[in-house]
Amino acid sequence: MTRVEVKKTYKLYVGGAFPRSESGRSYAVSDARGQFLANASLASRKDARDAVVAARKAQPGWAGATAYNRGQVLYRVAEVMESRRTQFVEETRAAEGVTPARAAALVDAAIDRWVWYAGWSDKYPQVLGGLNPVAGPFFDISLPEPTGVVAALAPQGSSLLGLVSVVAPIIVTGNTAVVLASRERPVPAITLAESLATSDVPGGVVNLLTGDPAEMAPWLASHRDVNAIDLTGVAGTAIDWAELERAAADNLKRVRRPRLSQDGPTEPDWSANLGLDRLTAFVETKTVWHPKGR
Amino acid sequence: MPTFEYAPASESRAVVDIRSTYGLFIGGTFVAGTGGIFTTVNPATEEPLAEIAEASAADVDAAVKAARTAYTRVWSRMSGSDRGKYLFRIARLLQERAREFAVLETLDNGKPIKETRDVDVPLAAAHFFYHAGWADKLEYAALGPDPRPHGVVGQVIPWNFPLLMLAWKIAPALATGNTVVLKPAETTPLTALLFADLCRQADLPPGVVNIVTGAGPTGQAIVDHPGIDKIAFTGSTAVGKMIARSIAGTRRRATLELGGKAANIVFDDAPIDQAIEGIVNGIFFNQGQVCCAGSRLLVQESIADTVIKRLQRRLATLRVGDPLDKNTDVGAINSRRQLDRITELSAAGEAEGALRWDSGCPLPDKGFWFRPTVFTGVAQTHRIAQEEIFGPVLSVLTFRTPGEAVAKANNTAYGLSAGVWTEKGSRILWMADQLRAGVVWANTFNRFDPASPFGGYKESGYGREGGRHGLAAYVVTGEGA
Repeated sequence: MTRVEVKKTYKLYVGGAFPRSESGRSYAVSDARGQFLANASLASRKDARDAVVAARKAQPGWAGATAYNRGQVLYRVAEVMESRRTQFVEETRAAEGVTPARAAALVDAAIDRWVWYAGWSDKYPQVLGGLNPVAGPFFDISLPEPTGVVAALAPQGSSLLGLVSVVAPIIVTGNTAVVLASRERPVPAITLAESLATSDVPGGVVNLLTGDPAEMAPWLASHRDVNAIDLTGVAGTAIDWAELERAAADNLKRVRRPRLSQDGPTEPDWSANLGLDRLTAFVETKTVWHPKGR
Repeated sequence: MPTFEYAPASESRAVVDIRSTYGLFIGGTFVAGTGGIFTTVNPATEEPLAEIAEASAADVDAAVKAARTAYTRVWSRMSGSDRGKYLFRIARLLQERAREFAVLETLDNGKPIKETRDVDVPLAAAHFFYHAGWADKLEYAALGPDPRPHGVVGQVIPWNFPLLMLAWKIAPALATGNTVVLKPAETTPLTALLFADLCRQADLPPGVVNIVTGAGPTGQAIVDHPGIDKIAFTGSTAVGKMIARSIAGTRRRATLELGGKAANIVFDDAPIDQAIEGIVNGIFFNQGQVCCAGSRLLVQESIADTVIKRLQRRLATLRVGDPLDKNTDVGAINSRRQLDRITELSAAGEAEGALRWDSGCPLPDKGFWFRPTVFTGVAQTHRIAQEEIFGPVLSVLTFRTPGEAVAKANNTAYGLSAGVWTEKGSRILWMADQLRAGVVWANTFNRFDPASPFGGYKESGYGREGGRHGLAAYVVTGEGA
C-alpha cells in the first residue's frame, strides 16, 4: 500500500507568523494544467493593513542592523532556499508548466539572484554615495537610506525568479516589504516565505499575502503608512495601474511603474542582468553637512 | 545691546533696464502670447514693474514644439563637449551681468540685495559652471548603462529663488542633452526673461531654452502636454501631488521638490553663539520663504530660556526694510497672497494658545511686510508646528532627551531638511542617521552647493538636484523601462 501523503495548508506570512486570512476565505490554486494543487488563503483588506503594521514595526530594526549583518542574514536565506531546491523545482514546474530541467534552471537562477542582491548590502552605499566637493569649509557627504515600507505586486508569471528579483532589492537596503504574490501561482511564494521564516530574517521584514492583487492593491496604494509601491506585477492582469499610481500620490509614494511595451505593461525578462535599478528605486539620498575648523 | 545706526546705502537701480511689456521666449525669439496679460510688481513698494504675457495652452504647445525641434535637429546631435561649452558661456555671462541680475531679482522678489548679490546669483552661475563639466562625462557618472536624455523637459519653478531655481533646473537638463520649456512663477518672471536675453548672447541654439510666463493654468498646460517627456517641479506639496496624479499611468516622469517643516535641534552643549546665528539664518534667510527653512526650533529644555532670550535680543537688531539697501537683513514678503497666508497662520498660532513675540521694528508704509516673529509654548498639534508657513515665523518646542528630539523632529509628513547643534561628534552622527530628512545640517544651516544633492524624503517630494545624483533626474538608462 502506498502511504497517504500529508498535505500542507497554505497560509499568509505576516509579522513572522503564518496566519490564515482574517476573513476566513480561501481560493483554489491549480497547476499549469488545471489540476487542483491547494487552497490558498484569500487575503483581505484587513490582512493587507495588518501586514503594513508588521512591516512598519520591523523597519527601524532591519534598517538599523549593520550592513554586514543584513548581508549575512540574506545569504542565509539563499542557503535555506538551496536546501529546499527540490521542493522549489517541483513547485515551479507545477506553477509555470515548464519542463523539470527548465524549472531547475529557474530555481538556480533565483537562488543565485538572491545571493547577488545579498552581497550588495554593504556595497551599495559606497557606490551610490560619496563626498561632495563643495565650495567652502564643509565636510559634505551623501548616502543612500531605505525609503521605508514598500508594497510590491510580485510578477504574475515568473513565480519564483521574478518574485525574488522584486523582493530582494527592496529589502537588502533596509526596507521592509508587503508583497502580493502571483494570484495564480502562489505556491513557490509561500515556500519562499517558509525559507525566510527559517532563516534569520526578522519577522515583519517580508510579509507575503496570497489572494487577488486587484482586491488588495488599491488599499496598499492609498495607505498613508506605505512609502513606496512596486507595480511590476500588474502585467498580465486587468488592474488599472494608472488608478494605483493616482492613489499613491496622496502621500507621494515612490512609484516603480511596470515595464511598458507598446501593448502596455509587460513582465520583464528575468533572465537579463537587472542592474541596480530595482535597488535604487527604493532608496533616498541623504546629504549631511558639517563645518570644518580648528 | 546697542543698535548701530547706518546711513541708507541703496544699490543703484540704473544697472537694470526693465521693459514695459514682455512676451514669451519661444524658439529663440520673444513672441506675443495669445493669453492674457498680468502685471508683476515690486513687493517692497507695490510699484508695477512690467506687463507680462500669460502663456495660453496654444503658446505652451508652440514652446514644446520649438523645444522638440531643437532637440531633434540640434541639441541631441551635438557632442557633450559642445553642450558643455554653451553652459560654460552661460555661467560666465551670469558672472559678468551679476549685478544686473541681483538688482532685478531684488526688485521683483523683495529679498535683500545682500542675498541676491552674495547667494542667489553666484550660486546660479556656479550651477551652470558645475553642470557644464558633466556634459561630456555622463558615462562616468554611474547612472546606469547608456545614459541618454529624456527629450523635452517641462520645468515649473517657484518665486522664492527665481533665478537660482531656474539654474537648478536648466543647467542639469541641458548638460544631459534635454531641451526645456520653463515657467517661472507669476510674481517673479523678470530674471527668467533676462536669462532669455542671456541665452541669445550665448548664441544658444534657438528652442533649447523656452520661457513661458503665466500662473497655474500655464503650469498645468505644461504638465498635461503629451510632448513633454519629463516634468521637474519645485513648489508646494499640494501642487506636487496634483502633478503626480496628472502623470499617473503615462510614460511621463516627474521629480518633485516640495514643502518642508524642518526641525532645527539645539542641544544643551551646542556652541550657543553659532546656534543663535544658525537659527536666525535658518528661518529669517529670504524672509523664511524657503522650503528647507528651520521653521521648528527644538531646543533642549535646560537651555530653552537662555536661547529664547538671546534669540529675541538678536532679532531686535535685524534690519527690516528697503531690500535694495545693502544693510538690510530682512526684505519684503513676495506677494499680498503670501503675506495673507503668513498672517492667517500666525493668527492661528495665537488662537491655539502659543505665545507670540515679534521685534516690534518699524515697517515701511507700502509693500508687503511681516516682522520676524517667534512663537513659544508651541505644541506639536498646533498648525504652526505642522503646516509650512513660508514666512519669517519660528515655532519653538522643547525636548529633554535625544530620543524625544528625534521623535518630534520626524513627527511631520515632510522630510526635506533638519538642523542639529551640539559639540558632541558622536551625537551629530547618530542624529544624522535618525532624522528622516534629505539634508541634515550639523552646526550650520541653509548651505547650498551645486555639487551637493538636495531633495526630500516623504511628502517633501522625490528626486535630487545637484551633484551626481541630480543628473539621474534627467537621463534614462538601460532599456529605459
